[in-house]
Amino acid sequence: MTVNGKDIDAVTQVLQQDTETPTLAVTDLRVWFDTPRGMVRAVDGVTLDVAPGRTLGIVGESGSGKSVLSRAVMNILAPSAVVRSGSRIEFEGRDTATLGREEARKLWGARMAMVFQDPMTSLTPVLTIGAQLTETLRRHLPMSRSEALDRAEELLEWVGIPEPRKRLKQYPHNLSGGMRQRVVIALALACSPRLLIADEPTTALDVTVQHQILALLERLQREQGMAMVLITHDLGVVAGRSDEIAVMYAGRVVEQAPTKVLFREMRHPYTRALVGSIPRISDPSHTRLRAIPGRPPTVVDPPPGCAFAARCPHARPRCLAETPVLTTDGTTGDRHRHACFFPVGTPAGDDAWTTNLDEGRTAAGLPVDSRSVL
Amino acid sequence: MMYRAVARHAAKLVSVLALVSVTTFLLLETIPGDRLASVLPEGATPEMRAAAEERFGLNGSLPERFFSWLGSALQGDLGRSMQSQVPVTDSILERLPVTLELATLSILLALLIAIPVGVYSGYRPGGLVDRIATFLCSITLSIPSFLLGVLLVFVFAVTLSALPVTGWTPLSEGLVPHIRSLVLPVVTLAAVETVGFIRLLRNDMVATLQQDFVLSARARGLSTPRILLVHALRPSAFSLLTVMGVSLGRLIGGTVIVETLFSLPGLGTLVITAITGRDFLLVQGIVLVVAVAYVLLNALVDLTYPLLDPRVRTS
Amino acid sequence: MSHSLDKPASVVSEERLPILDPQDGSAPVDELTPPSAEVEPAGRRRRRRDVGAFFGGCWLVTIVLAALFVDLLPLPAPDVVGNLYSLPPFQNAEHILGTDQLGRDQLSRALHGARISLAVAIGATLVAMVIGTAAGLIAGYFRRAFDVVFDLSTNTILAFPPLILLIALVALREPSAVTLAIGLGVVGAPTFARIARANTIAYADREFVIAAKSMGSSSTRILRREILPNVLLPVVSFATVVAATLVVAEGSLSFLGLGVPPPAPSWGGMIAAGRESLYENPALVLVPGVFFFLTVFSLNRVGDWARGRVGRESSL
Repeated sequence: MTVNGKDIDAVTQVLQQDTETPTLAVTDLRVWFDTPRGMVRAVDGVTLDVAPGRTLGIVGESGSGKSVLSRAVMNILAPSAVVRSGSRIEFEGRDTATLGREEARKLWGARMAMVFQDPMTSLTPVLTIGAQLTETLRRHLPMSRSEALDRAEELLEWVGIPEPRKRLKQYPHNLSGGMRQRVVIALALACSPRLLIADEPTTALDVTVQHQILALLERLQREQGMAMVLITHDLGVVAGRSDEIAVMYAGRVVEQAPTKVLFREMRHPYTRALVGSIPRISDPSHTRLRAIPGRPPTVVDPPPGCAFAARCPHARPRCLAETPVLTTDGTTGDRHRHACFFPVGTPAGDDAWTTNLDEGRTAAGLPVDSRSVL
Repeated sequence: MMYRAVARHAAKLVSVLALVSVTTFLLLETIPGDRLASVLPEGATPEMRAAAEERFGLNGSLPERFFSWLGSALQGDLGRSMQSQVPVTDSILERLPVTLELATLSILLALLIAIPVGVYSGYRPGGLVDRIATFLCSITLSIPSFLLGVLLVFVFAVTLSALPVTGWTPLSEGLVPHIRSLVLPVVTLAAVETVGFIRLLRNDMVATLQQDFVLSARARGLSTPRILLVHALRPSAFSLLTVMGVSLGRLIGGTVIVETLFSLPGLGTLVITAITGRDFLLVQGIVLVVAVAYVLLNALVDLTYPLLDPRVRTS
Repeated sequence: MSHSLDKPASVVSEERLPILDPQDGSAPVDELTPPSAEVEPAGRRRRRRDVGAFFGGCWLVTIVLAALFVDLLPLPAPDVVGNLYSLPPFQNAEHILGTDQLGRDQLSRALHGARISLAVAIGATLVAMVIGTAAGLIAGYFRRAFDVVFDLSTNTILAFPPLILLIALVALREPSAVTLAIGLGVVGAPTFARIARANTIAYADREFVIAAKSMGSSSTRILRREILPNVLLPVVSFATVVAATLVVAEGSLSFLGLGVPPPAPSWGGMIAAGRESLYENPALVLVPGVFFFLTVFSLNRVGDWARGRVGRESSL
């Protein structure tokens, strides 16, 4: 029931939930792919959690493993993927690997849902919108066809689609990009999930529509009281909309922190580079875009050491020999962790930077000068 | 503009039909030797010859003969058989149902086998089913229909005596004997069609299953059979329908071997009889009917495809 | 009315699998997309194909040589009637593959039949290739009016059911190997024509052709020197597959009694004759049948291999 636009039941549910149990808890997840070139370590030891009703933003370049992570959580990995033993994915406290068929059916698509990047291609082109909505509804909930159709109409209205009844009979190609993404969201939220994973939900959309969709997601999340994972390569998207941010690189989390802390006190050089690469309106026109030199590695049989070393202005010999582990440094709170030996804003990091500047190059051979610090 | 496309297709259709009729007509014109040899007795007088020529429409100049032939044909009159005096149209209509039944049943059987095999092979490409199917397909393609038919006869009719060797039992004499007489011919014909359908479906499925909306459907927790049959198969179903239509058209003229092998009274055996009896008018009529049927069926398929596929339907 | 002319025909094969070769050293494998479904580890697939194509090639070479030099082999002549009727194979050293109802040696008849079948098929394939390539080149290069004529004529030829067309063409004249070859050639020409046309269109846009044009080369010259050599490769890669179809067509005709007339032996005719004694001596059907099957199968295998090779090398 709704009071003042808020779904009372959902909120009550959230409040009554044991706030200690995160909606999603991923522990040491490793997903490797069997390819002709060897085992690709798409996700190589990721630990995260999302509290009920909160938003986690996952940021990274393509190849960082963020999408594979989401697919692993949603149980839609390709057949060639291997989830290494030792990995755990827990939803509301239950290990998803131990679910029976019935429980699995009630989970994926219903209590945990996903929104994909490209609305043009993530809807089945040969089925009507109504058919796709009712299909999902009836799969997870006991409903008759007419009940499902009514609910479908409600859903479309809820996500802000005008003339919902008419839309039910239309096909995806009859709708614009923004509308389609709304339908995709409606599909995902059809069964009132506790967790929504949005994988680059706005990347394929016009800038004007992007804002609308993100605002929509935010509103729906509030009304439903659900947890959300927002995956993107664009820090700007998560900056204002997530409670916590995790930065991924080469299959690992290199830094994670509550949003404000991350932007104020970033520690990992990669995070700094990402933040620095966001173009600002305040910059004068024709300012060069600050890109990070090099490309992310494809992780097959990685050598020891930090994966970012080749592109990092702070790289010292230690970075090539040892792999840094996620730790807090005690000054910025428990929930801020980073994996770096010479973090930004620390004496060790400053020393490393000055040393490299003097030598003109990092220990990994990357040439640096005063412009390299982003 | 839709209308321009339709007009273009219509123009093409008419031109092909025109060419087909001209070719058919000329085909029989270029026969060496005396075409009336089978009709006229020895020592025929010029008057008898003239009469025969008039009778069979063989008098007059080439264009005259063509247009008069075409004119009658458009009215459904394809002349009379030189051998039997029976109107050609009647003979064709009498034999057509058998051929149609044979062709239709073969396609249905082919679909029955191809859909499960093709869908599963596309779902698990490289798997056991796929590899066995591919192997069987390449073997089947290398066995010509007459050989396959004879082998099937050997196994089922001769060795096992389970089915009749040849002969056709009409429906009026009982459903079961009718079906029994059709089993081997239908299987023989269906073999090649099955291979084509399987290949098409498999490749289509592999491509479709790699698309985003399939992943999206999986993320919604839908069951695998449902995803395969409702989401993935449907886009392929349209091209399958197209191929089916084309196959049907092809089979109408392509049952000659099987009909001969199994002594079925269809168009195929009629053609053979006509040719060996040098009954040119009958041959001409059959060739025309079959070719026109093929062209029209193809055009029909071309026309209906956009109507069915929702992606193409609205613009 | 068929579709392949309206869609951009894939230039080598009209049904082409999207083959992704993970070993071509291009962009790193995106771990989200598993290696393309139809590629098994590339090495294994190539090797498996080679085996089939290799044995197919061996068989083809054997049968062609045997057919050419059958007279030199210590075999009885194919029409020599003997008194060992319907002998099953592997029972008599003189008649390794047995004899037919008239006591004629099966192996000898099979090999002589090979002569006819292969000669007709090869001849027809050549005829089809020449006609088809010429038509395709002209239509693909000059387009417009020629293309319209091309479209109409191929569609017309294809409108006639091949077997009936052949029967009509061939039985209304005296059937001989030459007539058969020409008739089959006409039937097979549209396939080559389409491939030639598609490739011509693709190549006509390339820089070296434009360069030649700008240097004032005549069209004939361009066609002959720039386009034809490039088009020939994909066309020829189809040759064995078309030949396989034509072998089947010839066999069908002789099965119906409308091929090269007796006493010349042919595989189709042998199978037709063997039908009568199917119960007593199935070898009469199986011997020519096995020859037939192996030949068609080999042609198909070699053809697939050839098309695969050309597809990989033609960087279109």
